[in-house]
Amino acid sequence: MQIRVRGRSFMAFVVTPEAPLALWLEALRAQSARAPGFFAGRPVIVDCSLLKADTPGVATLLNELETLGLGVIDVENAADIPGADPWKRPLTGGRPGGLVEIKPSEAAKVEPPPSAPGLIVEDNVRSGQSILFPKGDVTVLGSVSSGAEVLAGGSIHIYGALRGRALAGAQGFAKARIFCRKLEAELVSIDGFYQTAEDMDAALRGAAAHIWLEAGRIMIAAQR
Amino acid sequence: MSKVVVVTSGKGGVGKTTSTAAIGAALAQSGEKVVVVDFDVGLRNLDLVMGAERRVVFDLINVIQGDAKLHQALIRDKRIETLSILPASQTRDKDALTSDGVAKVIAELREKFDWILCDSPAGIERGPAMAMHHADIAIVVTNPEVSSVRDSDRIIGLLDSKTERAQRGERVEKHLLITRYDPVRAARGDMLKVEDVLDILSIPLLGIIPESQEVLKASNVGVPVTLNNPETAPARAYQDAVRRLRGEKLEMSIPQERRSLVERLFGRRVA
Repeated sequence: MQIRVRGRSFMAFVVTPEAPLALWLEALRAQSARAPGFFAGRPVIVDCSLLKADTPGVATLLNELETLGLGVIDVENAADIPGADPWKRPLTGGRPGGLVEIKPSEAAKVEPPPSAPGLIVEDNVRSGQSILFPKGDVTVLGSVSSGAEVLAGGSIHIYGALRGRALAGAQGFAKARIFCRKLEAELVSIDGFYQTAEDMDAALRGAAAHIWLEAGRIMIAAQR
Repeated sequence: MSKVVVVTSGKGGVGKTTSTAAIGAALAQSGEKVVVVDFDVGLRNLDLVMGAERRVVFDLINVIQGDAKLHQALIRDKRIETLSILPASQTRDKDALTSDGVAKVIAELREKFDWILCDSPAGIERGPAMAMHHADIAIVVTNPEVSSVRDSDRIIGLLDSKTERAQRGERVEKHLLITRYDPVRAARGDMLKVEDVLDILSIPLLGIIPESQEVLKASNVGVPVTLNNPETAPARAYQDAVRRLRGEKLEMSIPQERRSLVERLFGRRVA
């Protein structure tokens, strides 16, 4: 029987950890929090050329990377790195690529929040109050005051005036939208992109508004 | 059924103490048994505005700590028999207000009085939290000005979440009292309009107190403005507010100073 072998090419990411490892891991954690899903489904090669056998934390490094969700497929320049052997595979012939920027927009792969019943807030959201609902949409029947904020994984609907902050798609959902009956917001944000009151078109102030994200830009339109 | 009313605002200097004194005096004049309680431990003022500063022996903290009995600390007003004041301590700080102690004092006051008016300190820390905790009714004092309105909004949020009533799943009855309202500046657009304040805070309006020299005059002589000169515009505005607080339905108006014909002819040009 003839076994057929087909080729498929992936781009692997190469990370080069450096000492102190605790700081490096912290930075990586912060970056992947900003762009959740960035490493999902990507092969990762760990280049240990900047590490020594006695760098603190080196023994647990590879396990830490796995728990952070990095799919390590190979370890390079790791002749004297303890505990790296199980990950070593003799991969050769890769073509070096350029730097890959970890952009929050790469998080677009994140699943839209499940359409579970959203959160309904019957009252005004008062100054200093914060409504956090990462699981889905938030509907506010009253107004959102200056100094208050609503943070939703999905879209935000405000039947009163929006005078505070509304942050929709807060976990990396670019299709989230914000609707309000009266736009006097201090800040609106979708998927990490934001616009402050200062940058909003003055003609839109006080209007019923629909806010969405288009190619990384916050778009606001008045509704009749 | 006695009622515990907190007079609060978030922001300082908007007129909480003046309003507590004026409303307390007007309520007592209508025959109700009233006590005004100063919660501003360390920065007490209510005794001055009420003209009782020279008669303070014991205070709220003494009662809380068991150093004095409640009746020893209560000062009866010399002008109105049914009005008393419970002063704050000037030498302690707000940490002396223990939850249990305040609860006990309020419970005891409920047995003696129809209305317990708590004058809250500014801010959102322990003092204001203690002053509002047992409230059935809140009078939110606001100046028609953005920072005051936003602070009041914050306080309303706390009234809806941190008070005993909120924790029992009930609501504190909230009323808005707009103070230092200047019709001339409002007409010029230098001040937030009443509609805008109501739109933002969305709680019922108890009254609008016009800006007036009478308020300062009254507090300088240590007499609540409603007693000092009941015919002045702010006094009449407070009297209307008290009637609304007691459940009367009154049309909202902003009392104006009554001017003589001569003043009317010449007063405006001089001012």
